[in-house]
Amino acid sequence: MTEANIVLEAKGITKQFPGVLASDNVNFDLRKGEIHALLGENGAGKSTLMNLIYGLHKPDKGEIYVNGKHVVIHSPKDAIAGGIGMVHQHFMLIPVFDVAENVMLGDETVKNGALDHNFVAKRVTEISAQYGLDVDPNALVGSLPVGIQQRVEIVKTLYRNAEIVILDEPTAVLTPQEAEDLFRIMHDLTARGVSIIFITHKLKEVLAVADRITVMRAGKVINTVKPAETSEADLANMMVGRNVILTVDKKDHQATEEILKVENLTVRDQRDLETVHGVSFSVRGGEVLGIAGVQGNGQTELSEALTGLRFPTGGKVTIAGKDLTSKTPRNITESGLAHIPEDRQRHGLVLSYSIADNMALCDYYYPPFSKNGVMQPKALDENAKKLIEAFDVRTPSAFVNAGKLSGGNQQKVIVARELSRPGVKLVIANQPTRGLDVGSIEYIHSEIIKMRDRGIAVLLISAELDEVMALSDRIAVMYRGKIVTIVDAKKSTREQLGLWMAGAHVETA
Amino acid sequence: MDWKRFGFIALIITALFGAVVMVGQSQQRPLLIITSMLATTISVATPLTLGALAGVFCERSGVVNIGIEGMMLSSAFFGWFTGMYLSNVYGWTLMPSIVTGTIVAVFTGALMGLLLAWLSVTFKVDQIIGGTVINILAVGLTGFLNRQLFFGETSLFGGTVPSSPGVYSAIHLPIKEIFAPMCGGGEICLENINAINRVFDQKPIAWAAIILVFVSHYVLFRTRWGLRTRAVGEHPKAADTVGINVERMRYLNVIIGGMLAGLGGAYFTIESIPSFEPLMTNGRGFISLAAMIFGNWTPIGAWAAALVFGSSQALQINLQLFRESIPEQWAFLQQSYVVGLTPYILTMLILTGIIGKTMPPAADGQPYEK
Repeated sequence: MTEANIVLEAKGITKQFPGVLASDNVNFDLRKGEIHALLGENGAGKSTLMNLIYGLHKPDKGEIYVNGKHVVIHSPKDAIAGGIGMVHQHFMLIPVFDVAENVMLGDETVKNGALDHNFVAKRVTEISAQYGLDVDPNALVGSLPVGIQQRVEIVKTLYRNAEIVILDEPTAVLTPQEAEDLFRIMHDLTARGVSIIFITHKLKEVLAVADRITVMRAGKVINTVKPAETSEADLANMMVGRNVILTVDKKDHQATEEILKVENLTVRDQRDLETVHGVSFSVRGGEVLGIAGVQGNGQTELSEALTGLRFPTGGKVTIAGKDLTSKTPRNITESGLAHIPEDRQRHGLVLSYSIADNMALCDYYYPPFSKNGVMQPKALDENAKKLIEAFDVRTPSAFVNAGKLSGGNQQKVIVARELSRPGVKLVIANQPTRGLDVGSIEYIHSEIIKMRDRGIAVLLISAELDEVMALSDRIAVMYRGKIVTIVDAKKSTREQLGLWMAGAHVETA
Repeated sequence: MDWKRFGFIALIITALFGAVVMVGQSQQRPLLIITSMLATTISVATPLTLGALAGVFCERSGVVNIGIEGMMLSSAFFGWFTGMYLSNVYGWTLMPSIVTGTIVAVFTGALMGLLLAWLSVTFKVDQIIGGTVINILAVGLTGFLNRQLFFGETSLFGGTVPSSPGVYSAIHLPIKEIFAPMCGGGEICLENINAINRVFDQKPIAWAAIILVFVSHYVLFRTRWGLRTRAVGEHPKAADTVGINVERMRYLNVIIGGMLAGLGGAYFTIESIPSFEPLMTNGRGFISLAAMIFGNWTPIGAWAAALVFGSSQALQINLQLFRESIPEQWAFLQQSYVVGLTPYILTMLILTGIIGKTMPPAADGQPYEK
């Protein structure tokens, strides 16, 4: 790898956005046939750097060389012409078009004035076979699973003869199996001379697949290392700029009286199919009950039924001795529930409201936020300032719309609102750290443990087994709408839980 | 467009035709009634078809255009005025003056499209407001000019409206010439062939509209231009990342839409009647939008829906001929306002989505921000 030729080099790239120096004199190079990981927290400037290389933004300063030649990239068109392809984190696919139409868009083959669909379909099949992508050119993109859609994006870059492929957070939307497939595809690509820039904030993945790792923080390149010469802890320190505790440090728990009691709960989903079949469990004050399970085994419907977003079809839910079955979210919230919902953008925040308004969504109708039915902006503002400070929300002001914040900061706004309310007896946290960076995950984990240590009951639902194991005192495994078993977290192993999550019987495992 | 939708359209058209046949059969043979209805339907559906095509091009590229009404109205005025001016002041003959008038109408539509694109693409003004601006501008401008030019002693034409050179005449297809010998002199047979011939003897803008339906369908679904237009209306960012200029695509499609609406406007004053009246488009632009929605943003679907509205108008026109023979228990049909309501009732019925929801382009109405 020492004498390898450099296919892409960025020198002294600087980009100033209003209020942020998103890219600060960045140097970066990519060798032929390597996987070069670009690691950093959200907002570290990884995506900005790639958008500059791909021509979506223009750098203020700096130069880009492709195969040793100085190039000026004004638009994605120039990047594509230079052999650079990019797979964006949010796919740039049109769901109502078929695969071939998506692939050819912008680079169409035309015969006698009409699109030559057959020619493109043939090329897609060829590329697909060559790299083991298994993509059907005539399938409607909107009907494909996310993992396949990502492959369509890869085909799109290869169709344009890309020799440099940028993958922006490609694993964020994938299941572990799909991610494994992606890594195989990445190795197939590099074996054929394609060079890959792999953007991520997941440490394990980087160590597993990258040939070199460049770490960015706050718009600067911190270091470039080889996986063999580093460790997860080292990388995390470089990313965050201080020592990061990857394991959650917690005291033994002091469980008190029963707070949440669920008896024989059955729930149907929107297609009217029963997805939770007679589930019973309880959570006591001062403990974390984690619900582990592969996504789609009824966790979503269970948490919706507990928080009042969906009426259960049978069973009983009691919170602190009060029967709250089929009550409204407001009833349940007022009885002491703090809810961190699964989808923060749809159920956790009103994206077009300011942070201050979002922070009062649960109790805006009470004094001091409301007096005689009139909102009190001053009280909202003070509350927001206090919480922004206490929960370390990174924002220019409390009046910024929640939609403008990064994912980690959006989640902090929800956590601040929910956990700061007086009278909380139960926390239901559903996927509280999905898609967040290391720093935010560490922070939210510590807040959840703080709640537990204050004697509050916590129900944690997560598809990340590591998270469930790190935070929980007891672990319930959910499979096909049933709780298979509930075990003591200290006595459980990853392998055993994994088997149960995959449907193995408790007796045989 | 699904078959259920086309079936529903066929059903309504059959019902409307059937109603007229039932009322009029004591005076006319059904075939003659049906051909007369068909000829009227195709003719009056022309501005609706063109308006709906205008909507399809704009909205497929992601720009909502509720200004079609205004585009048609201003094109109707300027097209008519040009023809009238050329023939009265410069003494041009009929065809040169109304052909020039038609070109001016299309150009007026293009300018109105440019205005809408400028507001909604460059300045990212809310597109509903942009369309409303066009509608208000058109009503105000044509009303004002109409008054300033033709009313009062001091006006340009001294208080009179000079006569217009006229309207397009129908293009005769020689159907009867070809098929008449087959009748062997049978009178009823000749009458039938004449009646069928009249269905096809449409005027040039009506023909243009039908041809444009198929041309538009081909362009949108078979060509590079169409693929890019639809991409820009579904997911502009995706189009941008593969090097397509989103703003340029939207500008050009809205201008094309304006030109189609302009041709639709020319129908009113250059093909239908040779004069202009304020507000003469009378909601046709909005009904066009209903046709576009009911046709699921496809040219052929929109045309089929425009024919439904056209046939309800044809019903109104043809029922007048048979007023005397309307049975007593249906006497309310003699009131023209009752029948006149049908297009509007149909619009409401169709837009409630009783035959399934339609899907607008995903980015319809959203300005694109990088």
